[in-house]
Amino acid sequence: MGLELKNLYNDFRDAKTIKAYAKLIAQDAKKLPRPINIMEVCGGHTHTIMKYGILQLLPPNIKFIHGPGCPVCVMPKERVDHAYALAMQKDVILVTLGDMIKVPGSNGSLQDARAKGADVRFVYSPMECLKISKENPTKRIIFFAIGFETTTPMTAALLEQVIKQDIHNILVHINHVTVPEPMRVLLSDDECNIDAFLGPSHVSVISGSKIYEEFPKKWGKPVVVSGFEPVDVMESISMVVKQFVESRCELEVQYKRAVTYDGNLNAQKLIAKYFEKAPHFRFRGLGDIPEGGLKLKKEYDKYNAEVIYDAILPKEEIDDHKLCKCGEILKGKATPPECSIFGTACKPNTPIGSCMVSSEGACAAYYKYGNLL
Amino acid sequence: MTNTITLAQGNGGEENNELISNVFYRAFENEILAKSEDAAVIESGKLAMSTDSFTVSPLFFNGGDIGKLAVCGTCNDLAMMGAKPKYLTCSVIMEEGFELNQLKSIVESMKSELAKNGAVVVSGDTKVVQKGSVDKIFINTTGIGEVLQEGISSNNISEDDLILVSRDIGAHGAAIFAAREGIELETELQSDCESLFSTVEALITNGIQITAMRDATRGGLAAVLNEWAKQSDVCIEVEEEKIPVNQYVQGICEMLGFEAIALANEGTFVLAVKEKDTQTALDVLRKFHPNAQIIAKVTQEKPKKVILHSSWGTKRFLETPTGELLPRIC
Repeated sequence: MGLELKNLYNDFRDAKTIKAYAKLIAQDAKKLPRPINIMEVCGGHTHTIMKYGILQLLPPNIKFIHGPGCPVCVMPKERVDHAYALAMQKDVILVTLGDMIKVPGSNGSLQDARAKGADVRFVYSPMECLKISKENPTKRIIFFAIGFETTTPMTAALLEQVIKQDIHNILVHINHVTVPEPMRVLLSDDECNIDAFLGPSHVSVISGSKIYEEFPKKWGKPVVVSGFEPVDVMESISMVVKQFVESRCELEVQYKRAVTYDGNLNAQKLIAKYFEKAPHFRFRGLGDIPEGGLKLKKEYDKYNAEVIYDAILPKEEIDDHKLCKCGEILKGKATPPECSIFGTACKPNTPIGSCMVSSEGACAAYYKYGNLL
Repeated sequence: MTNTITLAQGNGGEENNELISNVFYRAFENEILAKSEDAAVIESGKLAMSTDSFTVSPLFFNGGDIGKLAVCGTCNDLAMMGAKPKYLTCSVIMEEGFELNQLKSIVESMKSELAKNGAVVVSGDTKVVQKGSVDKIFINTTGIGEVLQEGISSNNISEDDLILVSRDIGAHGAAIFAAREGIELETELQSDCESLFSTVEALITNGIQITAMRDATRGGLAAVLNEWAKQSDVCIEVEEEKIPVNQYVQGICEMLGFEAIALANEGTFVLAVKEKDTQTALDVLRKFHPNAQIIAKVTQEKPKKVILHSSWGTKRFLETPTGELLPRIC
């Protein structure tokens, strides 16, 4: 009998194992001198924690702070407006990844642009742009690239092919962001309540666990690089708790099945070939983050939609609604239900703040899977 | 609601419901429509009537095509009210340039599915529009059926009922996604597209008193359970591990970040049956599909809500799907 897909995830959702970890965490948590706040940096973890009811399995002295790691949530409105403006250009096909289509900008979302006649498509891989370009030789295909370290190599691979195959009708608009920089900004805030981090494993598959080394060393915050299945998350929580009980502060990897210290060096080389650190990237909800994003190197200007369409792209920065508490939620100073517009004016189909925008956002996860409050 | 129609408003979920009640129900308001059943029961409970339009891409998929879908869809809506499908109309809108061979093949599928239901097409219409005005071909079917068991209604579910599902869920939605351009997955997965009348007939002839039935089309099982909880003012408590999901469907969900419970079905239905009849109903259902299962009980825990219980003791609300079904990014 061949390997079935369910063999790959079944064990990681095993009820007995999850319950056993819950028991272990509860036992160890009794030895904690004070309650601890763990931030899961990545929206994928937020989704797992809420969907599988992980919070219900934890003792009251272990709390979660939901981090900024959702590529759609952190996209500031002005960047969404770029996507909208590009999509509305004549003879342009705007291509992006799934959830991005729903994010509202000041004129509406890409979904609204599509309803007005724009050609907006979502793809599963940026490489599909090559096919779309061949089928539409008279159109200009703009790939609106989003995502953290995980999706960046795919955009670089697309550019590599565009150049190699001498394709003239594909441009990119780069919105790739990075994980360690917003973590630093959060920790620099005097009112920061974060005691430890769960690091997203898929980021470290590319970048290695090394990117988190500074957090235990310089900032005194343990990091456990964690997988996304419920057993992975429970094991990671248990590892964090043990560090506190044993008075350790280390970088540990729970997701050893795919994460190494150095990560995927080929992917890192490809990223370095095309991208460099942008001096600043504005994160929705968090504001300007030094070196928080990447930009295309100057020598590739002719593929850069931001350069070519500079004249029509809005420049003004737009903040979230003043009642929106996303910034505080992302810093651990508030929880989604504490926001006055949560679930009323701000819902998944009419999101106002960044955390409600995609299913990985803290507010969206609370709204969809919220505990039986 | 937005000022222009978005794709999300056709998703079978929350936005779709909002559009229907704010625009159509408000204008057409009447007692029969207000019951919001799969098919309208008319003529003092003797007849059932339903209509549906079919727009699907790709037109041909593993397990069926748009023609089979157009007959199954309407006949199944009738069957869900305990009615035997009898007369259908068929209205076709095509764009110029559509291949005649494809049309013939679609109509052949319709013919064969009509035979399975013992129904006939008695009236029809054909329109051809400029290329690009429709996506290849749209089909509308309307059907009338004879009610064999009266009183089936999704407004009558109570704590005496248990909730069953007729087979594994999500196969149609997953098969369509797998066949979509850009994914083109090689899979053995077939759509569940199938006529349900024979199963319903077997339930009725075995004397099962059916409280409610609904085929879990767009919006999937999640949408049906939420509609029922609201319409009958009850809480539906589901054991997540009891929900049958086939491994190929689960695989596609894992890859794209979907939940099988929100994926469309075209030959899977949900039943509310009195507890005393449940075992017989299950035995009958399993003659058609071995995966039929009891998945939920009805309580007053949180009226109008659906609660999902995990096997490790946690619980959460199961919401009506919202928005366009899009793959998650990470």
